[in-house]
Amino acid sequence: MTSTSVIDELKKSQILELLEQGKRIDGRALDEPRKLMIEINAIPKANGSARVRLGDSEVVCGVKIQPDRPFPDMGDKGIFICTAELLPLSHPSVETGPPGPDVIELARVVDRGIRESHMIDLSQLVIAKNKSVVGVFADNVVVDYDGNLFDACAYAATAAILSSKTPKWEMKDDVPTLVEGGESSVPVTTIPVSVTMGKIGNYIIVDPNGDEWDSMDARITITTDSNGNICALQKGGTGGFTFDEVIKCGEISVKVGSKIREKLKQVKEGGQ
Amino acid sequence: MGGRDTTLVLLDENGIRCDGRKVDEPRRIMIKAGGLKNADGSAYIEFGDNKILVGVFGPRDVHPKHMSNTDTGILRVRYHMEPFSVTERKNPAPSRREIEISKVIKEALEPAVMLDKFPRTAVDVFIEVLQADGGTRCAALSAASVALADAGIPMRDMVAACAAGKAADTIILDVNNEEDQAGQADMPIGYMPSLEKITLLQLDGVLTPAEYKKCVETGIHGCKIVYELQKKALTEKYFGNGEK
Repeated sequence: MTSTSVIDELKKSQILELLEQGKRIDGRALDEPRKLMIEINAIPKANGSARVRLGDSEVVCGVKIQPDRPFPDMGDKGIFICTAELLPLSHPSVETGPPGPDVIELARVVDRGIRESHMIDLSQLVIAKNKSVVGVFADNVVVDYDGNLFDACAYAATAAILSSKTPKWEMKDDVPTLVEGGESSVPVTTIPVSVTMGKIGNYIIVDPNGDEWDSMDARITITTDSNGNICALQKGGTGGFTFDEVIKCGEISVKVGSKIREKLKQVKEGGQ
Repeated sequence: MGGRDTTLVLLDENGIRCDGRKVDEPRRIMIKAGGLKNADGSAYIEFGDNKILVGVFGPRDVHPKHMSNTDTGILRVRYHMEPFSVTERKNPAPSRREIEISKVIKEALEPAVMLDKFPRTAVDVFIEVLQADGGTRCAALSAASVALADAGIPMRDMVAACAAGKAADTIILDVNNEEDQAGQADMPIGYMPSLEKITLLQLDGVLTPAEYKKCVETGIHGCKIVYELQKKALTEKYFGNGEK
């Protein structure tokens, strides 16, 4: 998604020079994420949806909820699957065709953050044990790119799930049958927030924009839950982190995450 | 990971784990440098019941040519599991999981390998998981570092890897398959012990900030144990009987 785009070497050195003075290229503080705008129920045909703009990265997430067969070893749990895709209109370098390693990693990291936080109480999504369960599918599409899709997709998926209404099914003649008027909110136990940090030189920056993303030596995405615990993490990029940096990133993710969680909470409260 | 209900006792009252280990004890680790005739460098690792073979080729010409870089060499990593490596036969086609692991291992090795010395070339690392039992990415990364060194590719340090995690509310070293399935957290770590840099870090599972810190510390401790065995494997091949 980004490794192929050529960034002006001058811009790269400018980003580093500014960081040495404690500044960023777009004027933000080092631990300041970009402006987050969340529009929920943007796609009324979905069971829940969100259109999220993080700076100039924009993601649309739709949640579809439908009966499905459970996984063989998880007959007493509903299904949750989260995907992410880069649309060709999001950036000139994006081509159609099967997803590359970058996009596969993106989708898996976003899925893992929500899954490992146990955001959705899957034990409540069983229609008939071992036979039929409710599947929650959150599909992200990236429509505009300016760095840090990890967080943009995670916020879109989280907001879409919070806004979702699940229909109700009952088994009739061994077939899950829709119960009219049985809609309810998706059972949510916690609100996961992912915070992605980039490392440029020895500086850690929160929510790197597109230019910063292309200049980073390494990155780290940490997801925290409503209790301030860390529930998923992924390091990426060709550089390394020291022990102290990894601990510091954990602290930043808890602090920055709690502010973003407040914003996501409004989605839930506004939607009910 | 998924907090699945099982009757398995992960940690008994004496602090002994389901496979008889103590909380800070890694599984049996055996690393052998070399072994393959045609590869430029190779290594074989047994990490508990994991059995992994790694072959390295290069620096060599890049195919397809457009992938080559005039400023530096490139590193390509393929992590692949054999269909017979797991309980249920695995489809031999690369899964999304294998593609992601290939990427994180590549990014974990890149800080160690001095690719800028070989512009326009590629170093290919082929990882074949013959038998898998939890923690394959760490075992594979540890073996890949040895194979790269065996191939004579200049390196800043070797990357040693080991996972830490949480099971039965306790931070444990080197998470096995059962603990991964039924435990609370799994954190694979790749670490360059001489440069003190973490180059691979992932986590699934819930940890408090204090547990998080302890988990990273525990994992680094495991990496240092693996590092000694990596060095021993190379010393044995090149100096015989482990004597310098």
